[in-house]
Amino acid sequence: MTKRFSLSHLDQLEAESIHIIREVVAEFENPVMLYSVGKDSSVMVRLAEKAFSPGKIPFPLLHVDTSYKFPEMYEFRDRYCKELGVTLDVYRNEEALADGANPWDLGTSRCCGLLKTQGLLQGLARGKYDAAFGGARRDEEKSRAKERVYSFRDKHGQWDPKNQRPELWNLYNGRHHPGETIRVFPISNWTELDVWLYIHRENIPIVPMYFAKEREMVVRHEQLIPLEGSTRLQIGEKPQKIMCRFRTLGCSPCTGAVRSDADTVEKIIGEIMTAKHSERITRIIDHDQDGSMELKKREGYF
Amino acid sequence: MDVAELITRYEDKDLLRLLTAGSVDDGKSTLIGRLLYDSKLVFEDHLQSLEKDSKRVGSAGDGIDYALLTDGLKAEREQGITIDVAYRYFATPRRKFIIADCPGHEQYTRNMATGASTADLAIILVDASQGVLAQTRRHSFITSLLGISHIVVAINKMDLVGYDEAVFEKIRTDYLDFAQRLEVKDIHFVPISALAGDNVVERSENMAWYRGAPLLTHLETVNVGSTRNFIDMRFPVQYVMRQSADFRGYCGSVASGVLRKGADVVLLPSRRTTKVKRIASYDGDLEEAFPPMAVTVELEDQVDLSRGDMIVRPDNLPTVAADLESIIVWMNDKPLSPERPYLLKHGTTTVRAEITRFAYKFDINELSRKPAVKLELNEIGRASVRLSKPLAFDPYARNRATGAFILIDATDNVTVGAGMILDRRTFDDADEEQKKGPVRERKSQVTPAERADRLGHRAATLWLTGLPRAGKSTISFALERALFDAGVHATVIDGENLRLGLSRDLGFAALERSENVRRAAHVARTLNDAGVVCLVALVSPYAIDRDEAKETIGPDRFFEVHVDAPVDVCEQRDTEDLYRRAREGQIPRFTGVSAPYEAPTEAAHTLDTAQLSVDESVQQLLDMLRQAHVITPDT
Repeated sequence: MTKRFSLSHLDQLEAESIHIIREVVAEFENPVMLYSVGKDSSVMVRLAEKAFSPGKIPFPLLHVDTSYKFPEMYEFRDRYCKELGVTLDVYRNEEALADGANPWDLGTSRCCGLLKTQGLLQGLARGKYDAAFGGARRDEEKSRAKERVYSFRDKHGQWDPKNQRPELWNLYNGRHHPGETIRVFPISNWTELDVWLYIHRENIPIVPMYFAKEREMVVRHEQLIPLEGSTRLQIGEKPQKIMCRFRTLGCSPCTGAVRSDADTVEKIIGEIMTAKHSERITRIIDHDQDGSMELKKREGYF
Repeated sequence: MDVAELITRYEDKDLLRLLTAGSVDDGKSTLIGRLLYDSKLVFEDHLQSLEKDSKRVGSAGDGIDYALLTDGLKAEREQGITIDVAYRYFATPRRKFIIADCPGHEQYTRNMATGASTADLAIILVDASQGVLAQTRRHSFITSLLGISHIVVAINKMDLVGYDEAVFEKIRTDYLDFAQRLEVKDIHFVPISALAGDNVVERSENMAWYRGAPLLTHLETVNVGSTRNFIDMRFPVQYVMRQSADFRGYCGSVASGVLRKGADVVLLPSRRTTKVKRIASYDGDLEEAFPPMAVTVELEDQVDLSRGDMIVRPDNLPTVAADLESIIVWMNDKPLSPERPYLLKHGTTTVRAEITRFAYKFDINELSRKPAVKLELNEIGRASVRLSKPLAFDPYARNRATGAFILIDATDNVTVGAGMILDRRTFDDADEEQKKGPVRERKSQVTPAERADRLGHRAATLWLTGLPRAGKSTISFALERALFDAGVHATVIDGENLRLGLSRDLGFAALERSENVRRAAHVARTLNDAGVVCLVALVSPYAIDRDEAKETIGPDRFFEVHVDAPVDVCEQRDTEDLYRRAREGQIPRFTGVSAPYEAPTEAAHTLDTAQLSVDESVQQLLDMLRQAHVITPDT
């Protein structure tokens, strides 16, 4: 009997995520789903489709755009949202961009602070969104292991690790005063492997950059930096063609690739099962200082 | 094995949620780090920073400090302690594991309850060189309270006691000795050394005397299927989807039992019956759905069902009530108190809630019960809760999904408590048994019929409830006069008189009013037993208190009379300015002004005293008593 009524771990994770998404839609006035164009976003959007099937997703997607994303990402984003028939709200911190915000002059941290952190807060304020779904997972980074599914932010969008609500059973407390916002992480309990297995099982479209192909790259500090974006060559650097793929998608100046010949989801999964590097290593922003993700989060970053 | 095969195996694998509990020195973080490390799922860059950190801040000498793999927030890393529940993930080809890593220091109650609420199994760490400590008992007690029926006692640091079987056996016996008092079905013991890796993933060569499986093998194979309830079908409506005029879908997660297409169902609270027309999902329609599946249900009939309502089977109904008995774990600096208003979230419903009574709190160190008037942070106690409207629920012991609730502070919206609903009958019986001790009920040799024969009438209680100055006392005393003149032994139990004597120790908080009603009911019962007709004139604003009085007195001799007059009429009659003073805040908790009144819904009789004179009211009640054969027709 237990065999008959048992669900695989993917089905259980899916059910939990759908429960969370529905709960937020039922208890909040104006939710939005943050859409980063990455694979975790794709999974989250599929879960939202499932939560409201046979109806349509009852909230918009918000892309906080830095203007430094890869062309393939913009192309994928526009096509995917159109196919889904979902409303896409794009926000750019135009003021900072007009002032010339870029990672070379400001450094990665300050650039991220302006275009991502501030951009996110401004984008949420403009849409008057009171709940924002994010695709962060607890296994991505040590400081995220304690992040709640519902993450309460003060009126400045800031997170206080000491003042978060206990979460018991599947009873999420969505009570909030006017003006207070929450971030919700419906795929908190998924790992990178779970995400890929789900993409495989569900045939979820993802940006082609995740798949290996020969790209123009420059090798810098043992990292592969793509030249297809706006990266500037440094003295002594020579571009070379390298078979590689991207494990995470960020801004073109700050995202590295890994050597790989995994050009299908199966091959990627095969690679992950014997993975030697956790996925965030190719996010340059994490190398600023020890525990830097936690500092960013306190300031309002996802 | 090729990748495709591997993928199929990984896709189909099972999920086990577990919690780990132990104090700072038990080696809990080391154990988790070891599980992650030895199951080869620590990534290389994490490993490099682990080696770097081990040398810099580690506490394992030159070796790798596995505990650093699991520490998270910067502040705690520097202090060397973990301050909250952290979730860790690892997988083997057989199972995916989610570990709720619960720290064992002063906030352990709150953290453990949180971690345990979603876990199917608990690993309790015991330091072999220390043995079973008070905290071992505390952690085990909370685990059992939260309904976890599988415990693994990991007896750690066996390397420090020379891998001695006698030490293991002693701890095992000590643990089982106290665990008899816990409701845990399955307790398993494993001797390990997290630091050295003995019996964590690989069988230890240092403990050949241990014939059981290593810890990870046990976690991969233990059957926890019984944790979910597949018997009592409960589908709480989470979200109503209206796509078009002819499609209305009820979205929700199956809480328990099996929901089947075509099944007869009852909708709560309306109690309407209909059938399941369709179980829809993105992946196509389903014949059946079971926990924890999230689906969308369409019903045969157009019904008005909203979030918080529940779909159940006609032959298997939950309790529907506005009051419940519960064990509450308190998680906030401000104590849980009957004086404060709370919100209670249960399933997909949120209602207002108030504590009406504390039965006791647990002394977690002694595992004993103590009297309680409030619950402080990290205390656990048993309390009665009154709700603003009825909920459909089950006892937590039978159904975790419909037996759990959280309490939310109504002012600042913070989650302040976690509750588990008790099966009132069994717990009350057990409690009564304990309280009464050797006391048992004695029976009178005189029957009610004998008394009625001698007195010429039967005994009854007329329970007059209504707002202050609605006319309860005036009518009661006039009726008493009329009955006495007609030869009927009658007496009045008047609310204000009670407050001057029997209940002069009570105030007007909800639970004090309940106690006042309880006392009045017992006096009425005694007088009824003596054959006397009893007229109770008491505001008694809460329906559940009056229901309890009815039980005490006996439903066949209890007549609820609603003395009904609009507030403004009562206020006109108010020669002592009570209403005005209440409005100005001089009299707190005044029913009808600053305290609620729940009017009877099934009163035996209602007197509209705005329209009726005292005489007319008395005549109506006399008629009622004649028709009910309490007094003879010629009285």
